[in-house]
Amino acid sequence: MSKAVEELERVIIRFAGDSGDGMQLTGSRFTDATAVVGNDLATLPNFPAEIRAPAGTLAGVSAFQIHFASSDILTPGDHPNVLVAMNPAALKANMAELRRGATIIVNEDAFTKRNLEKAGYGAENPLEDGSLSAYRLHRIPMSTLTTRAVETIDGVTTRDAGRAKNLFALGVISWLYGRPTDVTERWIEKKFARDPAIAQANLASFKAGWSFGETTELLDVQYRVNPATDVPPGTYRNVNGTTALSLGLIAASVRSGLPLVLASYPITPASELLHELSRHAKIGVATIQAEDEIAAAGMALGASFGGKLGVTATSGPGMDLKSEMIGLAVMLELPLVVIDVQRAGPSTGMPTKIEQSDLLMALHGRHGESPLPVIAPSTAGGCFQAAFEAARIAIRYRTPVILLSDTFLASSSEPWMIPDASALPEIDPAFATAPKDGDPPFEPYSRDERLARPWAIPGTPGLAHRIGGLEKAHGSGNISYDGANHERMTELRAAKVAAIADEIPPLRVDIEPDPAHPTELLVLGWGSTEGSIRAGVRMAREAGHRVACAQLHHLSPLPSNTGDVLRSFERVLVPELNSGQLASVLRARFLVDVESFTKIQGQPLFAGEILDQIAERQ
Amino acid sequence: MSATLSKADFQSDQETRWCPGCGDYAVLAAVQQFMPELGIPPERIVFITGIGCAGRFAYYMDTYGMHGIHGRAPALATGLATAREELSIWVVTGDGDSLSIGGNHLIHALRRNVPVKILLFNNQIYGLTKGQASPTSELGKITKSTPFGVADHPFNPVALALGAEATFVARTIDRDRHHLTEVLRAAAGHEGASLVEIYQNCPVFNDGAFSALTDKDTRDANQIRLELGRPIRFGADGERGVVHGGDGCLEIVDVAAVGEDALLIHDPTRQDPGLAFSLAKLAETPTGPTPIGIFRDVDRPVYRQRAAAEPATEAQLADLLMAGDTWTVA
Repeated sequence: MSKAVEELERVIIRFAGDSGDGMQLTGSRFTDATAVVGNDLATLPNFPAEIRAPAGTLAGVSAFQIHFASSDILTPGDHPNVLVAMNPAALKANMAELRRGATIIVNEDAFTKRNLEKAGYGAENPLEDGSLSAYRLHRIPMSTLTTRAVETIDGVTTRDAGRAKNLFALGVISWLYGRPTDVTERWIEKKFARDPAIAQANLASFKAGWSFGETTELLDVQYRVNPATDVPPGTYRNVNGTTALSLGLIAASVRSGLPLVLASYPITPASELLHELSRHAKIGVATIQAEDEIAAAGMALGASFGGKLGVTATSGPGMDLKSEMIGLAVMLELPLVVIDVQRAGPSTGMPTKIEQSDLLMALHGRHGESPLPVIAPSTAGGCFQAAFEAARIAIRYRTPVILLSDTFLASSSEPWMIPDASALPEIDPAFATAPKDGDPPFEPYSRDERLARPWAIPGTPGLAHRIGGLEKAHGSGNISYDGANHERMTELRAAKVAAIADEIPPLRVDIEPDPAHPTELLVLGWGSTEGSIRAGVRMAREAGHRVACAQLHHLSPLPSNTGDVLRSFERVLVPELNSGQLASVLRARFLVDVESFTKIQGQPLFAGEILDQIAERQ
Repeated sequence: MSATLSKADFQSDQETRWCPGCGDYAVLAAVQQFMPELGIPPERIVFITGIGCAGRFAYYMDTYGMHGIHGRAPALATGLATAREELSIWVVTGDGDSLSIGGNHLIHALRRNVPVKILLFNNQIYGLTKGQASPTSELGKITKSTPFGVADHPFNPVALALGAEATFVARTIDRDRHHLTEVLRAAAGHEGASLVEIYQNCPVFNDGAFSALTDKDTRDANQIRLELGRPIRFGADGERGVVHGGDGCLEIVDVAAVGEDALLIHDPTRQDPGLAFSLAKLAETPTGPTPIGIFRDVDRPVYRQRAAAEPATEAQLADLLMAGDTWTVA
């Protein structure tokens, strides 16, 4: 049966089910197939902190959203066009974000009395009571059809069949949007190579879903989303922020000639970076799972003392613990990269939910005067550059650097243009070398033109010296309690970090100023909100607003033109996923009356919210 | 090279600033005296210390050194050991530093068998902060922070290290240069983590804590010297000894009452740490007969996480960047 094909520019699909239903896997398989088509895309996983929350309940709902398009897109999307709901809880938990007219595809087998009750529907069945009449509802008995598709395969249990229904859903949606099947089939074969029966069951389930789409009269249209054409030429792959961070660190290690040592302690969501890097032992990456967060930072710092690229990664609560060791790194003036994958706090907070609330802690969260550089990537792919840059600054300036990622960047993915490995800048560790006859005595706290002190690693003859957390005399590095020296050293440490502003790119506003039509409003963000801000600003311009946007990637030091940019607009709006931390920094530093827009709901910023904020002001 | 090294090569130009009479001076002198024996040039030796009086040790050694933060020296040292296999790494710590704030790092360094030598200066008091109870202070002790007496049961550092299955555990005394040096030598020769508890007198806040073991009139009666392959006996004429007790524990007896053949023969190379633990438990406090020497010295795979000598090649990086499904936009 041939069906009509309708062309779409963009689609947002959300796969939702119980946390045991394999929704993250379904979503990421669909993403890979979509990447291969050449669509631009952005994804957002959203899952509960509990590994297995009680089945069928709202708390146990896990979801994966993908936005893909034939043109450049910036965010995973505010409102799904299609919701795939594997059970009543998944339907209920996601209804609020659906707009009228959206498509809902449900596994109707899961809408049993018991599941409806667990989801809080009581005696009502939303599939029957007309409450979904404003939506395009497709009821598919996925469990039954999956069981039927796999029942003839030897060695497959009823339980296995139940677990393969996500592949059925994937098959249906893959057909509906014309995704290639070979990418998914290859993956299934590889993933289950050791268990042929399970591989066969998953393949059969996937194919049954596809065929169901093709033949059933329930679905009368197939959609096509053409490859994106407005992207720069190059070779692309799909990456999430975690992968991009690890690639950036490895690239910095290669370009500096310093082997990478990552020491980390398991914590959501930063553990993924430990997992990812620990797979690369064969190419010279050493990873240590430390006994605690403090030790992880200490081991990374110890490795740096030994002349390696020491990195530690954590999330909010771990930062609390690491601050002591970061302070020591400030005093020792040794390279150290600290990655904070921010999550909603305080304390344990909401471990799997996004927030940008560690900014002030990164800038100021240590005792004493302890300035250090802070960098924040703004896209998943941008994590590569940010990690590379963090390592470069740490090595060049002999300083700890904090990189602020977040839950959204860590797990969301997008197409990323693969850089040319040989074109990446070289990073010179410039180790101090053994003195020659007649050289003056070695001074561990002397400084170069960037105010960086020498990095003399153990094993270098003639340079044996002692460093430590006690204040050191300028030059000699001897312990010093001299007040004037302390003030001087405090100023030197601050000046060293401040001078990094000379080497970082200026803050760029996305449109050129036009004196005839002055732009009155600047939307200034930092970190992962960039996509939503740019998308919201784009929508606002289409609606006739005169608005510009810019995103800070360096939070310490700030780009040297930041004050000028702020003062060149009548109004500045600063959206943040916190209670206004960047806004308070900008107000204090530049005496500019910036306006805050804050959101602290554990969810990313939506483009529509930015549009509303702009509209309110113009 | 080693032939030309002397004690002076390990003395830094920094003025030592411990209180007069502090046991730390004796340990520093013994370590500096012993170092040339290692035959390792000073630049390949690193001392990492924590906070407390013992923390200053790093500044006085003319080697590479890092004065870290409170309790964290084993973590810093583990990172350095990961980075640089060829270095000789020594940690100097105190009872508060390693058994209180840094307890976690100590037991994990021992568990992992990281190749570092840990010298634990135990003076049973907080000295640098001027006299509070430490985790090794004896019950009932009056200190500034415990005016009504210490109520918390003290740690026995040797028993703790054995509980963590440290592969080398020893105890020695600041005032016994010869014994101290022998223990340092054995610790230096051990391949994994070495834990050396050094009874160190604090003349200001806890003077005489170990006098039972150091005073001329009492030391023979109280030092139970552990020697490989020898029966464990002590006293001026070796009149007392250690035997297996009825309930499986060890007990101190008069040799005359049980006969020489009944005495326990000391064997620190025994894999099971149980007997060494029982030996450690012979003395709850060092006020009576107390074993000193090497409690345990066994082989176990050494911590093997290593930084690479070189990072990945550019070609490996290029392959890694291109891994997975890729597509090209013309």
